[in-house]
Amino acid sequence: MDLYLPIAEMSVNALLMVALGGLVGFLSGMFGIGGGFLTTPLLIFYGIPPSIAVASSATQITGSSVSGALAYWRRGQVDMKMGMVLVAGGMFGSVIGSFLFRWLQSLGQIDVAIGIIYVLFLGGVGGLMLKESLGLLLRQSRGEQPERKTRRHHPLVASLPMRMRFPRSGVYISPFAPFLVGALVGILTVIMGIGGGFIMVPAMLYVLGMAAGVVVGTSLFQIVFVTAIATILHASQSQSVDIVLAVLLLLGGVVGAQFGARAAQRLPAERLRLGLAVLVLAVAIRLAISLTWTPPELFSIQTAF
Amino acid sequence: MRMLFALLLLAFASPLSAAGPRLVTDLSQSRIDISYRFAGAELLIFGAIQYPGGQTPKDPPGIAVVLRGPVDPLTVRKKERVAGIWINTQALRFESAPGFYAVATTSPIRNLLDERNAAIYEIGLQHLQLSPATAADPETTRRFQDGLVKLRTSRKLYVEQPYGVTVTDRILYRARIPIPSAVPVGNYRAEIHLIADGEVRASTRAPVIIDKSGFEREIYLFAHERSLLYGLCAVGIALALGWLAGSIGRKQT
Repeated sequence: MDLYLPIAEMSVNALLMVALGGLVGFLSGMFGIGGGFLTTPLLIFYGIPPSIAVASSATQITGSSVSGALAYWRRGQVDMKMGMVLVAGGMFGSVIGSFLFRWLQSLGQIDVAIGIIYVLFLGGVGGLMLKESLGLLLRQSRGEQPERKTRRHHPLVASLPMRMRFPRSGVYISPFAPFLVGALVGILTVIMGIGGGFIMVPAMLYVLGMAAGVVVGTSLFQIVFVTAIATILHASQSQSVDIVLAVLLLLGGVVGAQFGARAAQRLPAERLRLGLAVLVLAVAIRLAISLTWTPPELFSIQTAF
Repeated sequence: MRMLFALLLLAFASPLSAAGPRLVTDLSQSRIDISYRFAGAELLIFGAIQYPGGQTPKDPPGIAVVLRGPVDPLTVRKKERVAGIWINTQALRFESAPGFYAVATTSPIRNLLDERNAAIYEIGLQHLQLSPATAADPETTRRFQDGLVKLRTSRKLYVEQPYGVTVTDRILYRARIPIPSAVPVGNYRAEIHLIADGEVRASTRAPVIIDKSGFEREIYLFAHERSLLYGLCAVGIALALGWLAGSIGRKQT
């Protein structure tokens, strides 16, 4: 079933887009991630212009994260105070990101920049996750006790001025630390079209030293707000949000997420984290290959600028 | 009496092409609407050749049918390997590349016209006047131009059909121009040229409009004219869909 996208100005197979949304939704429901790091490259691979893929993917993440965020909020697993600081940082970061996006676009390096940033972040985070979950599985198979965490938060965080209490997260740190984490994620949301949960969750655990119970809920809280802001920025600055595309992805995504969440309940958490690490690394390797192998087409056309 | 008849004929023929043949043309549609079901279209360009005195020539006539879209400036970039990674290094700006260009002819262009005439009338992908605006040596410009043509050809935005025009009884001609779904909107122009002995003998034009219609048009205008409100609506729709799915899923479990 072909459907013409009004903003992307091309016709796509609507069922394929719903299926793509469903697949990403299933994985995101299973692993508890937004899945933007899969959606954006897949859309670009399909032939959607990169700026429209990034913007519409951000819109889709808003929709796919909201039910999760609400569920955690009902269970009291969202640290609102910490969330607000992260959102404030995210707003700041998304504005910087949108300037950065346009600057790279005017240089004609946006596609290469998106590729490099993806490889660096996905490769780095995926590698760390793989190392940790493999280590955990290894220790479990030897029957050892998991290591006790000795350090609350990263020493660099302690050197920042102005400390503040975040009782729900159980930390007493400078608000600049979560603000900067939020800002970094906000930049990535605008440039890459991702929620950034897979970066934010480890940063909250190991850099900020937050209590594990509120980490995922608070991260979802930030993602809903920051992807919404990114959508509005993209819509008003470059008119690159294709609502028809976003709705197609969401239709599949929200259904897929329900199934994914059910599948996750039957699988042990360590296996899930290992699976996610492998998935993230696979995307990074695929993108690294396309950056380094001789492309089939050396020329590219840019109509704006 | 014969003199009078000849004079009448002269009076009916247009003053510019008093002695030459004329082209009459029509299109299957002068407006192509892009609706939500649009997956490409086909434009039929047809017509007749009127010869002075109604005398058809012995040689079959050469016809070139061109459909060209709106002209826009664009930048063509070329990738090069820098430290193992392919990044855009060279860029060349073209001021007047058509967003769509299709040419159909009765036989390959080089058999019909010489380089000079083909360039004057911009018949053929090799003869597009793209107006390069960046200073570069002719060879580099040529390479970038070829790159642009190749890219747009692969997206079916540039089309060359060497035997795309059929002529019946040396009078009636028709050509089918395929239009892909990724076609840019705007004012198009169909140009029909009658070619004989390596020269263009007669030409005619017809305008074509390609535009979004209905729902697609509303969305596009909304996104461009009230972009902030559009962004807020997009967020609203996403939140509503996500919340709805979440509450349905919660009831089931």
